[in-house]
Amino acid sequence: MFVLIVGAGRVGSAVAKSALAAGHEVSVLDEDPLSHERLDAGQSKSWEDAQGRFTVGTALETDALIQAGIERADVFIASTDGDNTNLIIAQIAQKRFGVEKVIARVMDPARASWYGEQGLHTISPTKHAIEMFERALELELA
Amino acid sequence: MYAIVVGAGKVGRNLARELIVKDHEVTLIECSRARYLTIEEEFEHAVQYGDATELWVLERAGIQRADLVIAVTGDDEDNMLVCQVAKEKYLCESIIARVNNPRNYDHFKLLGILPAVSATDLILRLIEHEVPRYGLVHLLALEEERLEIIELEVSADAPVAGERVADIALPEGSLIISVLRENAGFVPKPDTVIEGGDGVLLVLDPGLEQSITAFFAPDGSPAEA
Repeated sequence: MFVLIVGAGRVGSAVAKSALAAGHEVSVLDEDPLSHERLDAGQSKSWEDAQGRFTVGTALETDALIQAGIERADVFIASTDGDNTNLIIAQIAQKRFGVEKVIARVMDPARASWYGEQGLHTISPTKHAIEMFERALELELA
Repeated sequence: MYAIVVGAGKVGRNLARELIVKDHEVTLIECSRARYLTIEEEFEHAVQYGDATELWVLERAGIQRADLVIAVTGDDEDNMLVCQVAKEKYLCESIIARVNNPRNYDHFKLLGILPAVSATDLILRLIEHEVPRYGLVHLLALEEERLEIIELEVSADAPVAGERVADIALPEGSLIISVLRENAGFVPKPDTVIEGGDGVLLVLDPGLEQSITAFFAPDGSPAEA
């Protein structure tokens, strides 16, 4: 599988590393060249030596997406730090480039659930955190 | 009419002001606290503080009954998201989005967010209008009707030189209305043959200048005004 990850923050870079370790072809796009360091951190080989790909560019630039290999991506992960950016680029991946599996990180639970109803696979860390806190609180108060 | 204007920069503020003068009900939404406080004095209850890409902020502004949502923030993703949600979730009848980076225009189009207005594009179009870069002369612009009449000189090596009018497949939205030859003009018939050196008058939809020029003067040499 070819996995394209846009946004190499804590989440994006960790998912990139585990996808690469699982034997997938992984390409990462981030506007900050320094984010590359996160891909190298804690690894015995550099990201490129491990056959990972890294492109510098912003997510809305069609050229950058193409350079990062979106045209042959099987999976597209939108994990930048902007909810709206993630929601928009996930739709671009889906509608313009026909990427089959698209996942967007959306902090805001309300936006995550509405776009989820529209057929976009969204993951809301905030929603998970709320649920975990509620469960922990229940246990504490039990 | 009830309009929600998202983004209280220069564009948003002036739009809101104009709409209020024209007796429309307006809510302006601004996500910068500092900017909100500065303009609150002028707009009073017509401005709300909040991030309009949050659904509850839009609902608080009454998006369910809005006739028009205008997104004019400086961020294209935010403008796209606000308009998409307004149109598809809240079934708002009309939306208008501002495009900050003209390269993003295709994304707006892809997501059905139209009309999308780009200041850069508007100015570029004006420049092309004022400076006949494509070797054509604008004779008349019918702004309201969105039509214009232009004059072009047919170069000797033009694809249309020697062709019958009926055989020239011009883009949709354009029509040859007159041929100028040897100091006289006439309305062409389908079997009129266009010759190099002719002047032609065309009526066309704005924006077709470049593709039209390719038919008549591929090298873009200026026509004689």
